[in-house]
Amino acid sequence: MTERESGWGLLGAAGARPLVAILWLVGLAFLAHLGWLLYSGGLGTVTLAGYLWEGTILGMSYGLAGVGLAMTYSILSFANFAHGDLVTSGAISGWIAAFLVAGLGDFSIRSLVHLGGPYTLNTNTLGLSVTNAPLAIVAGLVVAAAFTAVLAVAIDRIVFRPMRDQSGIALLIASVGVALALRYLLVFGLQAGPRGLTAGQVTPSVAIPIGVGSISVGAHEITLVVVAALLMLATHVVLRYTKLGTAMRAMADNEDLARVTGIPTERVVLTTWLLGGALTGAAGFLVALERGTLSMSLGWDLLLLIFAAVILGGIGSVYGAMVGGVIIGISSRLSLVWLPESLVVVAAFLVMITVLLVRPSGIMGGVRTA
Amino acid sequence: MSDQDRRGPVGSRVDAVADGVRSFVSTSDARLLLVFALTLYGLFTVVSVLLGYNFNGIVDTLRRITFLSGVYAILVLALNVQWGYAGLFNIGVAGFMAVGVYTMAILSSPTTNTFPGLGLPLPIGIVGGVLAATVLGLLAALPALRLRGDYLAIVTLAMAEIVRRVFRSPVFQEFSIGSVQLGTGGSRGMNLPENPIRTLFYQNPGEAGSPPNGLGSALFDAASAAGIEPSVVEGWVYATMLVVAVGLVYWLLRRVGNSPFGRVLKAVREDEVVARALGKDTRLFKVKAFAVGCALMGLGGILWRLSGGYVSTTMFQPIYTFYVFVALIIGGAGSNTGSILGGAAFASLLFEGPNFVRRIVTGYVDVGAAPNSLYDAIAALGGLDLTPLVAYSLSDVNVSALRLVLLGVVLIYLIQNRPEGLLGHRKEVASPIDLTDRGTEEGDG
Repeated sequence: MTERESGWGLLGAAGARPLVAILWLVGLAFLAHLGWLLYSGGLGTVTLAGYLWEGTILGMSYGLAGVGLAMTYSILSFANFAHGDLVTSGAISGWIAAFLVAGLGDFSIRSLVHLGGPYTLNTNTLGLSVTNAPLAIVAGLVVAAAFTAVLAVAIDRIVFRPMRDQSGIALLIASVGVALALRYLLVFGLQAGPRGLTAGQVTPSVAIPIGVGSISVGAHEITLVVVAALLMLATHVVLRYTKLGTAMRAMADNEDLARVTGIPTERVVLTTWLLGGALTGAAGFLVALERGTLSMSLGWDLLLLIFAAVILGGIGSVYGAMVGGVIIGISSRLSLVWLPESLVVVAAFLVMITVLLVRPSGIMGGVRTA
Repeated sequence: MSDQDRRGPVGSRVDAVADGVRSFVSTSDARLLLVFALTLYGLFTVVSVLLGYNFNGIVDTLRRITFLSGVYAILVLALNVQWGYAGLFNIGVAGFMAVGVYTMAILSSPTTNTFPGLGLPLPIGIVGGVLAATVLGLLAALPALRLRGDYLAIVTLAMAEIVRRVFRSPVFQEFSIGSVQLGTGGSRGMNLPENPIRTLFYQNPGEAGSPPNGLGSALFDAASAAGIEPSVVEGWVYATMLVVAVGLVYWLLRRVGNSPFGRVLKAVREDEVVARALGKDTRLFKVKAFAVGCALMGLGGILWRLSGGYVSTTMFQPIYTFYVFVALIIGGAGSNTGSILGGAAFASLLFEGPNFVRRIVTGYVDVGAAPNSLYDAIAALGGLDLTPLVAYSLSDVNVSALRLVLLGVVLIYLIQNRPEGLLGHRKEVASPIDLTDRGTEEGDG
């Protein structure tokens, strides 16, 4: 930028990138309108608080599910379209474990293993919830993480490792194949159709008073947000303060240089899949816990939103994925102020496309932290 | 002087076309396509006979694979322009198809439908649908110019999902512009204009029980003498029209591919920097290629749905894009002949095949009733009894699931072991003459 331009400050910047300036203006207009609605009483504070809380829950799930995707994206440089189905696999394996822990003895194994499915299984009698059966939930979470980590490594061994020297597009196509095979193996094994998990039970909730009304905060929602925050914090510590984290960041930055420096790249890749897979599986389990139901397309339906979170935060940035997830989550709920429910996801995708066009490095400024 | 002068420019053009056809038929590509088509027909005739179909049933089976092969051939040819020629990775095929079909429906559906259209003549609807897909393609091509391959993949997939969700939204289920009532039917789907083949054969094509007109009754009488029902005749006429459309698209793309425009595209695919260094505005070429591909996807979608007379958004889920991709990879990206072969092979063998296998196996082997669940089937393995597992795998829904597993595995296998497709390296060279082998003609298609 020349002296003269920099003297213009904001205006100069706006002139240099008119599209960005317009987008800023549009964003500000929305905020201003929101402020006006709040002021004039067109939008109640309770409604707004409700949107923010729901948005945070959604955002934490997108963010947590996105961390694993961001890790593999930065280390292996390809968009893994099988990531959504890893989320589903995690949720299913974890919930089978939770069902078995909670229901063994009272229910037949076949009905527990199929999460009901073709058999009748009264989830009210089973009574799974964080407060009723904390042990089963913890067991489920651990199994979900462990199973998905192992599954991710196995897939890497069979599919992606023989293709290390190929382009990102070839790997992407292979990952589409993995996604199809994985999802329909699950359908084959467990049969399609959504399953009730905790839905229909009364889970304890607290009412938080906001102004004249109150919003209800459930135990499962709190579990999702707290556990997700803890897992993200743990990921941060691993990436920032361990040798492994340094090696991962070095590899994300420049793989050849990392190998020359003596970093065992294959071992780092293996650990990345383990860590990323575990986080992904845990995310799947927690999302299903919060929703109370589970379908075989859970992860696939989330995939584009997870991508949106990861892209918004800057592809390959783990912290970006967390921030991007929360932004996508909150803004998608907040957009209900202007849009009907059926077009909310459309708005989220439009935001993602716009970010890719205007600022492909993401809002975090393209810091590739790992 | 020669014949040509006496017959004038039209005659010489006819001669040129005839020469083109003659030279094409003598190429190895044409023979390949012909042999492949005959093999498929032979295979499915045998399959139908094994299933105990009567003559009408056999003819109808062949119609079905012809129809599906034709639809996929057009879609794969369209994708090949984008990926095979210009190297643009578009995984939003279903979205461009949807825009084509829905625009056609809104333009041409009768105003009396539950979800009414404008009632314009069908050709206007088809042209409008193709144009709409082109316009969306141009919009999508803007990111295509500046994005890496994987980003473009995500953008196109998101775009296709946006399209699908907008058509599905209750907001547009019924809406009106001014005083004109329109609607996409939302999640209920909408009826399309009358199948154009019916208008050829029936007096009142809109009515289910309409008597056939002169042409219709003549054709139906001849067919019923051979034991073929009128609906199968209609279907075959439609499928034949589709095959002609495939031929036209193929011819068009061959022309484009061998034109200076096509050579630049191939150069872009081989090495974009070199093409730019030679003074070509490669971005413009990529946009054009993307738009052409999207237009053809719109057309493919229209020809696919028009025969069924009904459209809903579940028909444009991302899985359909992956179908087209598998077909393209089977045939080999970069080859037009391969695209047709891939489309036909995918549609008949991978898409339809598993169900025929299921019907034959269950028809000839008594596997007993399918157990309730995979758990029961595997538990029976303990007693060394394999039949419950087989029966479970062969149930209707499970064959559908396994078919998609197979699709995923085939995709992984091909991309790992044969990324160049079944036909091997058949990329057309960018130069007008084949520099590697001067002895033979450039006959790649």
